[in-house]
Amino acid sequence: MDSVYLSHNNIVSAYGLDSAAAIDGIKNEVSGLTLVNDPDLLPNPFYSSLIDQKNVHEAFLKLNPQEAYTRLEEILLVSLADTLKNSGVPLTDRVGLIISTTKGNIDVLDTDSPFDESRAYLSELGGKIKSFFGFKNEALVLSNACVSGVLALAVAKRLIHQKRYDHVFVVAGDLVSKFILSGFNSFQALSESPCRPYCKTRTGINIGEVGCSVLVTKDKDRLIDASVRILGEASCNDANHISGPSRTGEGLYRSIASAMRQAQLAPKAIDFISAHGTATMYNDEMEAIAFNRAHLQDSPLNSLKGYFGHTLGASGLLETIIGMYSLHSNTLFASLGFQELGVSQPLNIIQETTAKESSVFLKTASGFGGCNTAAIFQKINP
Amino acid sequence: MNMPGHYIKSYCRIANGEISRNGKVLFSDASEEFPAFIKAAYKYFETDYSKFFKMDNLSKLAFMGAEVLLKDQEKNTALVLSNKASSLDTDRKHQAAISDRSGAFASPAVFVYTLPNICMGEISIRHKLYSENSFFIFAEFNPHLLSDYANDLLETGKADEVLCGWVEYDKGKYDAFLYVIAKKGLLPHDTGELTKLYRTK
Repeated sequence: MDSVYLSHNNIVSAYGLDSAAAIDGIKNEVSGLTLVNDPDLLPNPFYSSLIDQKNVHEAFLKLNPQEAYTRLEEILLVSLADTLKNSGVPLTDRVGLIISTTKGNIDVLDTDSPFDESRAYLSELGGKIKSFFGFKNEALVLSNACVSGVLALAVAKRLIHQKRYDHVFVVAGDLVSKFILSGFNSFQALSESPCRPYCKTRTGINIGEVGCSVLVTKDKDRLIDASVRILGEASCNDANHISGPSRTGEGLYRSIASAMRQAQLAPKAIDFISAHGTATMYNDEMEAIAFNRAHLQDSPLNSLKGYFGHTLGASGLLETIIGMYSLHSNTLFASLGFQELGVSQPLNIIQETTAKESSVFLKTASGFGGCNTAAIFQKINP
Repeated sequence: MNMPGHYIKSYCRIANGEISRNGKVLFSDASEEFPAFIKAAYKYFETDYSKFFKMDNLSKLAFMGAEVLLKDQEKNTALVLSNKASSLDTDRKHQAAISDRSGAFASPAVFVYTLPNICMGEISIRHKLYSENSFFIFAEFNPHLLSDYANDLLETGKADEVLCGWVEYDKGKYDAFLYVIAKKGLLPHDTGELTKLYRTK
């Protein structure tokens, strides 16, 4: 079987318009979360990390757009343009495009939106991204709740294995919208302060937004210094509840076990875990149970939600890209917001950003519908 | 393209007031509206599963398709579904509830269905499937990518069988074409065959 790698990438976030800006912020333990007071989004002030619209729009205009694009489309196009340019991969019929999003342009359903309601169809979003750059293949939109971003990498790998494509560009994004905020608020899942994954004092989620993109390729000549190989990946359902995490961590445990089997690795080979860690009571507890069942309680672990909030369909890809740079720089990034363990099982939470020789990390995500995904990545350049 | 060793084990269509399996009509009902039709189908198949009545239209559609195909299922069956309208039917309901400024009328029971993969969660719970789930959005039924993806799950041992297909619910219109890919079956797992079956309404 061909090896499949992650390579050129971009993160458009509250930190700036590229991955380096986000990594700098994280290295310095600076959160992207700020207090937002916008009654059009939510009646009460809330913590979020928002992308600076002026910056994105200026960068977008440099791409010479010929028509109007939605805010999400601008973010995705700016991110993907950077990754495409840096990769230099010509867009032949051997190149695929995967878009990972939960809600896409859902904000056009609002009567104030200047865009037609048809723009809410995710295939329309896919068509806009595809034709902007001239991809030869139809965009594949993956909408699988909060595991979408990391599952999209598994999908890219599997389609490369099936020889459908040689290279796949994955671009992921979701906006902070009234649609999303009011929904999570109805679940009483939103925290009124910056989130504290796995902490005793955690009170819930912050929703944030990013656009990010990566080249997934089988071509070793297309790699960068921070490139990683995908060693194993799996996705398993809890078969338990559509909105509540499993009390036994069933799907997450099974996902990790299956990915580890494929990677042929023992738990001690995992240098760190980039976990989901939304900072809700039930999610973090479920993860602690699953990691203990998988004998990973001693592996250093972080959640990056304290930097970006929960970025929904982008989170899995965003956190994988950060993990690539964490491996490359042999640095464990602190799990921001954590003070004291607040789950029933032991976990080795990374409390301070520290140097550690690392070559393999595990990324996990879980979401509504009982879905869970685990993927294992290995450093290419020691 | 025909993949050696993989077959279409069974297939199901739910459209135009009819539910068929392997080309044979099992149930038909004259109800014009989907909710009445699917409720009549639920009763006809003696489903006895109270959670059904909490589901949104997309989940009810996918759920009934799985009922027809996955009876007494004990295999590790992955779910790979797709459609055009995602969960827009329920998205519009949530949007209507939040259209006042406060958003105070949002309901968690509605909001949870504003994701297309929830219908696979419902099928997983019903059939106790701790399996791979992926939901794709296409402009139209795309057997090529579904087949590649299903073949990879089978070849890497991530699934014993794969329930694939199209489940579309939008503006009162419904159309489901679901099929099980397995190592034994009725027809070769061939995208030409799938296209032909999909077009036969």
